[in-house]
Amino acid sequence: MRVLGRHPVGMILSAPYAVYLAVIFAYPLGFAVWMSFHDYFFAAPGAIVDHPFVGLDNYRAVLTDPGVHQAFQNILIFLVINVPLTTGLALVLAVALNRAVHGRAFLRVAFYVPYVTASVAVVGVWLFLFNSGGLVNSVLGPLAPDPSWLINEHLAMPTIAVFVTWKQLGFFILLYLAALQNVPKELYESAAVDGASAWHRFWSVTVPAVRPATALVVILALITGANLFTEPYLLTGGGGPNGASASPVLVMYQRGLQQGEPDFAAALGVLLVLGVLIVAYINRRLIERD
Amino acid sequence: MKAVRYVVLFAGALIFLFPFYYMLIGSLQSAPDTSITGAFPTSGLTLDNYADINSRVDLVGSLINSGIFTGGVLLGTVVFGVLAGYALARLRFRGRGTLFVLVLLVQVIPFQLLLIPLYVLIVRGYGLADSYLGMILPFAINTTAVFIFRQFFLQLPDDLFAAARLDGAGELRVLWSVALPLVRPALLTAVLLTFIGPWNEFLWPFLVTKQADMQPLAVSLANYISNVSARAANPFGAILAGACVLAAPAVGLFIAFQRHFVSSDLGSGVKG
Repeated sequence: MRVLGRHPVGMILSAPYAVYLAVIFAYPLGFAVWMSFHDYFFAAPGAIVDHPFVGLDNYRAVLTDPGVHQAFQNILIFLVINVPLTTGLALVLAVALNRAVHGRAFLRVAFYVPYVTASVAVVGVWLFLFNSGGLVNSVLGPLAPDPSWLINEHLAMPTIAVFVTWKQLGFFILLYLAALQNVPKELYESAAVDGASAWHRFWSVTVPAVRPATALVVILALITGANLFTEPYLLTGGGGPNGASASPVLVMYQRGLQQGEPDFAAALGVLLVLGVLIVAYINRRLIERD
Repeated sequence: MKAVRYVVLFAGALIFLFPFYYMLIGSLQSAPDTSITGAFPTSGLTLDNYADINSRVDLVGSLINSGIFTGGVLLGTVVFGVLAGYALARLRFRGRGTLFVLVLLVQVIPFQLLLIPLYVLIVRGYGLADSYLGMILPFAINTTAVFIFRQFFLQLPDDLFAAARLDGAGELRVLWSVALPLVRPALLTAVLLTFIGPWNEFLWPFLVTKQADMQPLAVSLANYISNVSARAANPFGAILAGACVLAAPAVGLFIAFQRHFVSSDLGSGVKG
């Protein structure tokens, strides 16, 4: 009886969830790694085929692929714009929202609503806003870029980065608002006694106090960026122009499923996740350092 | 300072809301007017675009598919997720620690790594292409919701459970008549959070469904955007009408329940 713990019934209650994790996460995870070291391809249903071990061949193919290089460069551009913009705006807006007394419900709805709306729906309106003859260009008049935003190879990725910032910001404001509830009021009071300006209080009290939340925001923004698919697929018509907005997941989809090289895609997926983990680890060390 | 704060907040809010306003206005105009005054039309609004998108994409069928996909995920999460969250929070059993570590790990494993093997397993292995089960399976139990359930069950006082057990109530009964009524607000928050996942999901159902009559609205609208729209008379009008239909349920639910979507509830879920 003791071997199973004080409440063995807990094993039964959590069994469906445990099975789900095993089938949907653990097994596919192992399968992905296995696939990346083997020659794996889609065979006709029912056919029994060999998937010989090929060592690092798939990884070599991924690392020497120009399309993959470009996708990783694109995602770097994305992150350089998206992560600082997201972190900065989310913190400033959360601080302002936290002190606001009037119109809180309206402000909350306004900032969170892009986050709860389907990407596919808001992509529709961004296509309309940013196309060659769209509202953004009519407002800009002679300053409108040519070629227009989403078909301009220098502007396609930055436009996607701004889109994703707008789309996700509400969630990150929410994270910062939660963190702000835990900043001791005394810190602000003693800073006020010392005669610190509002700006100084923000930098010397708020920013250090929410540092753990900042680490989380940066990591989650990074994961969102690494997962980018819907935006380049729909906003820029499949990562265009000329692959200037292709993302690694888009390349995984094109190579793995459209062109039937799941082993290549699996190796790319493993590398992508390793990349995210390494950057997340470095970020953690940098932000949590005193 | 105070005035500046409100100016920044309200200006930001208007910028954030503008695309939604423009989506609605664009869906009601018979011809796209992209001039600045065109954003504030005074007449000539019509529902033609809704009829147009409905003739190209089966709106009702797609909405039903979205509903079944989302409903399946909600059912799995509320039934099995609550059971797991309760067990993790209030019961001591073998394997509990391991399971909780897995709950945390799953939240950092990006879905894209699982994409290819899940596709191979579910579509090629189990033959679940173009089926609701195939759509639902990868999302069947929302791990973030399990985590939120656990946090809320954890916050309930121990005495409550001791008393109920002393009265001889079984664990399911304790859960159903003691614990659940007390965490009803948390349940609502978790259900709302879980709802927006499958309702808005594009990539997975896009991979699983090739038959148009099985596609959720996010997928059929995306296919319309990328394939068909070039040939329509007013492509943007139809796209925006479809976008409004796709956005409305999630936005409506969110506005109706926005007070449950607050930082304290989610904060306890996020902080751990």
